[in-house]
Amino acid sequence: MYMFITLKQKSGKLMEIPKSFLGYKRENGRAGTRNHVIILPVDDISNACAEAVANNIKGTIALPHSYGRLQFGADLELHFRTMIGTGSNPNVAAVIVIGIEPKWTKRIVDGIAKTGKPVEGFHIERTGDIGTVMKASKKAQEFVMWASEKQREECPISDLWISVKCGESDTTSGLASNPTVGNLMDKLEPLGVHLCFGETSELTGAEKVCATRGATKEASDKFMKTWSAYNDFILKEATDDLSESQPTAGNIAGGLTTIEEKAFGNFQKIGDCKFIDVLEPAEEPKKGKGLYFMDTSSAAAECVTLQAAAGFNIHLFPTGQGNIVGNPIEPVVKLTANPLTVKSMGEHIDCDVSKILSREMNLSEAGDKLIETTLRVANGRLTCAEALGHKEFVMTKLYRSA
Amino acid sequence: MATDIIIHDKKDNVGVVVIEKITPKQDCKCWIMEDDSSTDIQSMDEIPLGHKIAMTDLKEGDTILKYGHDIGKVVKSIKKGEHVHVHNVKTKKW
Repeated sequence: MYMFITLKQKSGKLMEIPKSFLGYKRENGRAGTRNHVIILPVDDISNACAEAVANNIKGTIALPHSYGRLQFGADLELHFRTMIGTGSNPNVAAVIVIGIEPKWTKRIVDGIAKTGKPVEGFHIERTGDIGTVMKASKKAQEFVMWASEKQREECPISDLWISVKCGESDTTSGLASNPTVGNLMDKLEPLGVHLCFGETSELTGAEKVCATRGATKEASDKFMKTWSAYNDFILKEATDDLSESQPTAGNIAGGLTTIEEKAFGNFQKIGDCKFIDVLEPAEEPKKGKGLYFMDTSSAAAECVTLQAAAGFNIHLFPTGQGNIVGNPIEPVVKLTANPLTVKSMGEHIDCDVSKILSREMNLSEAGDKLIETTLRVANGRLTCAEALGHKEFVMTKLYRSA
Repeated sequence: MATDIIIHDKKDNVGVVVIEKITPKQDCKCWIMEDDSSTDIQSMDEIPLGHKIAMTDLKEGDTILKYGHDIGKVVKSIKKGEHVHVHNVKTKKW
């Protein structure tokens, strides 16, 4: 049913990649792989109200989180950017925003409204939870019934915005599952997709090599500046040598010995691609198609939440020992090359590339398998994390509130 | 051909066990990814899947090379065929 693009690989072999996927076209020209109606609380104290609305109106999801009060400066800007970005993501059809007071609520509503999608804000002060739940539920019902009539349409593959992040890595990640993602990037980048990797702290040890992968001197310099700022922060806050955190206990059990080893494994995810720009956390890419580096924490849920807020509509997550993370709006496709992980927790693995280790599968075949899985998920197949109910939505907080 | 150990780069002085485990005195087949060549090594320790084996004798202060890059320093001397991990290698960062 699909048209194919024939791509000549480095080996000279020809490969056919589908030219399109079935997505939801949005008002601003982007395309979604999902069609969510979300109930977005502005702040921690509005979670109860948002969850009550999502309980009333079937087919909506609430995104409760822990912050949004008394933040200031860059930390507050990041909060707004993440909120507005999450609502603006093309995987979201319509948004109900609920906050304690009108001003910050309106700021988020106005930000999301720029996409042209339906969005409405409600505030709790002077109404109370019960009255707000009633008003917001009526609007949420209208939105979800409207969204339920949206149909998937053929969208060019360049409408895919793919973010990547690895977790519970072990040496099989660096040997096979991360290079599989790199192989996918090498094949899809020429087709005009947007790509994003992050994990600033987990590039430590490989930072100088990573910097050489900037497409311009400007991009390389920006990367080194970002990495150095993060490293200075870690050195300032660290009370020990970080060996309790990096590598993690899971990494060590899986055979990773040092942060440098983890970093070079991590770095395999970008294949031979060069990054064209460095993004702030949750910042939307503005330089067109290609690979971006985003300044993120290396904690899985925080990183994916930031990438989703930047507009990425499908996520690839290689794991070694078996990270189980999901996201409420951006489907998280998991792959592993660790045969023990496939055997012991197969319900979390969307794409098994463990045959690379036994050399029954080569990297290019694994990359093709991952492209096929990615497109099936883009077309609507549920990921393991979606089927298992993983909806980790974790806001990044830069420092203490006022 | 069955492979017990994979080595990323010709320069590397460690390899990664890719079967469930290797046992002491096991003759292991190694595959070097970079140039698709093969080599052999006899293990000294039991080493589980994903863990590293020393491809050469290493002394305190030596640099461990994997992916052809520096991934840390030896803090306790290691014999060829022994298990390489947090008990004998530490980061040069942090």
